Amino acid sequence: MTVAAETGSLTRAITVTVNGEARSAEVENRLLLVHFLRQTLGLTGTHVGCDTTSCGACTVLLDGTPVKSCTVFAVSVEGREVTTVEGLAPAGGLHPVQEGFHEEHGLQCGFCTPGMMLASAALLAENPDPSEEEIRWALSGNICRCTGYQNIVKAVQHAGAKLREGS
Amino acid sequence: MAVSEDRVVRGIGHSVKRFEDGRFIRGRGNYVDDIVLPRMLHLEFLRSPLAHARIRSIDTSAAEAVPGVVAVVTGELLAQHSLAWMPTLSGDTQAVLATDKVRFQGQEVAAVIAESAYVAKDATELIDVDYEPLPPVTSPQQALAEGAPVIRDDKEGKDSNHIYSWEAGDAAATEQAFAEADQVVELETFYPRCHPAPLECCGCVADVDPATGKATIYMTSQAPHAHRTLFALVAGLPEHKIRIVSPDIGGGFGNKVPIYPGYVVATAASLLLGQPVKWIEDRTGNLISTGFARDYHMRGELAVKDGRMTGLRVNMLSDNGAFFADAQPTRCKAGLFHIVTGSYDIPAAHVQTEGAYTNKAPGGVAYRCSFRVTEASYLIERLVQTAAYELGEDPVEFRRRNFVRPDQFPYKSATGFTYDSGDYEGALDLALEKLGYADLRREQAEARERGELIGIGVATFTEVVGAGHGAEYDIAGLRMNDGAELRIHPTGKAVLKLSVKSQGQGHETTFAQIVAEELGLQPEDVEVQEGDTDHTPYGLGTYASRSTPVSGAATSMVARKIRKKAQKIAAHLLEASEDDLEWSSGRFSVKGAPEKSTTIQDIAFAAYTNIPEGMEGGLEGVHYYDPPNMTYPFGAYAVVVEIDRGTGQWKVRKVVAVDDCGVRINPMIVEGQIMGGLTEGFAIAAMELIDFDEDGNCIGANLMDYLIPTSWETPAFDLGMTETPSPHHPLGAKGVGESATVGAPAAFVNAVVDALAHAGVRNLEMPVTPDKVWVALQEAGLGG
Repeated sequence: MTVAAETGSLTRAITVTVNGEARSAEVENRLLLVHFLRQTLGLTGTHVGCDTTSCGACTVLLDGTPVKSCTVFAVSVEGREVTTVEGLAPAGGLHPVQEGFHEEHGLQCGFCTPGMMLASAALLAENPDPSEEEIRWALSGNICRCTGYQNIVKAVQHAGAKLREGS
Repeated sequence: MAVSEDRVVRGIGHSVKRFEDGRFIRGRGNYVDDIVLPRMLHLEFLRSPLAHARIRSIDTSAAEAVPGVVAVVTGELLAQHSLAWMPTLSGDTQAVLATDKVRFQGQEVAAVIAESAYVAKDATELIDVDYEPLPPVTSPQQALAEGAPVIRDDKEGKDSNHIYSWEAGDAAATEQAFAEADQVVELETFYPRCHPAPLECCGCVADVDPATGKATIYMTSQAPHAHRTLFALVAGLPEHKIRIVSPDIGGGFGNKVPIYPGYVVATAASLLLGQPVKWIEDRTGNLISTGFARDYHMRGELAVKDGRMTGLRVNMLSDNGAFFADAQPTRCKAGLFHIVTGSYDIPAAHVQTEGAYTNKAPGGVAYRCSFRVTEASYLIERLVQTAAYELGEDPVEFRRRNFVRPDQFPYKSATGFTYDSGDYEGALDLALEKLGYADLRREQAEARERGELIGIGVATFTEVVGAGHGAEYDIAGLRMNDGAELRIHPTGKAVLKLSVKSQGQGHETTFAQIVAEELGLQPEDVEVQEGDTDHTPYGLGTYASRSTPVSGAATSMVARKIRKKAQKIAAHLLEASEDDLEWSSGRFSVKGAPEKSTTIQDIAFAAYTNIPEGMEGGLEGVHYYDPPNMTYPFGAYAVVVEIDRGTGQWKVRKVVAVDDCGVRINPMIVEGQIMGGLTEGFAIAAMELIDFDEDGNCIGANLMDYLIPTSWETPAFDLGMTETPSPHHPLGAKGVGESATVGAPAAFVNAVVDALAHAGVRNLEMPVTPDKVWVALQEAGLGG
């Protein structure tokens, strides 16, 4: 049995920069980052698919690096920067990765899409012209059950071309 | 394709980018776990750690004492409301919460309702259940053996684990074909238990309003209308006081067709507590308790005379788990397995199936396959390849000689189906051409000389989808028909309401294109609504590749009804006789005077502003479609693999998939469906497995053990198409969602077997893991 359940007292105040905005809350020490995002902040674009760091539906960027937020404690990201799908696009616009997924039919049910797009964005930030093999490797921590990945690869290539054009 | 002077209406055949994407790429989808209601409580299950045990007692006191816990629900409490058991879709009963015994590992034993999901989870660990372990039954062979423990002793008079016997075809004619055969070829194989595992698990938010008595249940349902009726029958709630809402669904693949205990307990708890209750399944709960797929032991025999297939005999044993909960048409205990004669003209066939209870999770049909069509396709495509080797023939030529020919359609199969249309050789030829088959066979022979192993596998499948004609096909008594309601607003914008429910198939785009095709509106001007039973017409839902064959047809038909009324209004506006008008691309014009015309938009406005005397106002309609027959999509898949003789690993070099699903409404979406299906077919052939140890412990209870291919393992696909329209569907469409998962497993396994066939290997069981290949290599003297 957990002490927290009995006492309800093991909490901590944290401040995390989420999508560029400082967000503060008093949270249970055991609260997972994904639940902090989804429940405390209402950012429901980040999904839970497996609970065991296997599927990547909960992928967010932590200081620019993809992490699986279902196995990160919210308290452990105190003072750091988190980007979720809601923060991927500039206001009123779309990130090239979002455009790529739409243009190349890189999504079907949409459940893996936020995590998949964040992993893609992180790849392209480091390597704007990845090979198909590099894309497949970079996204191999994210499961998609619908598309068979081929159009996701095209979506990332589409976004890469767009980013290179713009730079 | 409709063309007007100034624009192209993007109806059928256009790869319109999906309208639903906008919300998903922004993280603005609305899945069931995203729904938060005021005063909402959370439900968590305690599940059985044992596969088979009697429950001596359940002590919930410690759990109830946890701050934040509102209630602990047990089977005993549900029994007081006659809710401890519920009917299944196959006419059996299933425990909602266990009362007398637990019958599989992971079965729901008790539920905690608490103010947070974390607290609910904590409290489940404090429930003390005293179990008396019973011997587990983990295979259907064991289940039917003399003296096996009876799993369903809850059923009065039940003294064995046998569930059903079912047969199709003509036993005597088949017997005679075998008696007259030159050769008989056999294959015994097992289609293992796998799981649809959509990325979103199942869940619901049940909200029973104590003031009005109205139950609104947001749930992951592929069949919201059928579920509403079943809720009414199970819970005794009046049907007009039940509203099922399927919000966005994160993949279904059949997993979200059955009714699960979670939905029932959450609804009962909300009713009793007067607050909304959310149940969100975790991945382990999904894999160990919800609708699995397959688990079919099959033995096929093929009679061959003068190089022609003359008879097919199949005996099967089905592992249905602890409750017979298959979601399938009532009269078909083995689903549509009797499509097993496949693409071949086999004059005599007989299929015999037995079903057995085991101490495993119930389910049995789901996973991207129209009611056991993939088991059937797998068996015949594996058997045909085996027969070709035994006859010393190229498997492709053996298939070609035995295909149902185009001039034989409509073709009546020996097991009773009437195939609507097909050109099997056309699809095969295209696949072989794309593959470079003849060159590959040469390369294979040369490689063997060098001691390298290449395999070429082919599958030429035919499936049966779009169930179905109401007189023959029902689920739980409900005819398998679907409704479409179309309303054209005064400004020429339309709302289409459907009984089906997308789980990623892109209905909001595809169905708008059907309306566009029929009425000449742009698809952007059509909003497609589905999933909410208060606001959509009745129908049986999305599974078994039936949305386009049934609801697509309903959409066409309702649009045509509206066009008929539009013609009357056009005649009024143009001051012409109705019969003098002709329709093209969104407008009626006077024959011989094309400058006298009116658009569908003008007509829509007139329907509310300027109608002929005596006409009813408005421009809307509803149509319930009863398919006259099912549709029979087909295809030819070819796979090339390379085998590592040292490790048994196999690598896919090429996959060619030629599909014929009749007329394609949105080719981009169709190809997306096919690639997804190919990946799931590859997954089943290569790695996915729900297994059990001898104690009935589930192996494959999380995504570290249940292996789903990622982008790294998944091969690239080279797609091709032929188009043979369905003669009875208003658009000629056939449905495609499951074709690839039906056809692909045999193609992959055939390829690996083909690499070893020259050394006498005839069969490898799925999933074809490297260790199985390695053993086969050693036994065949091919080890590296």
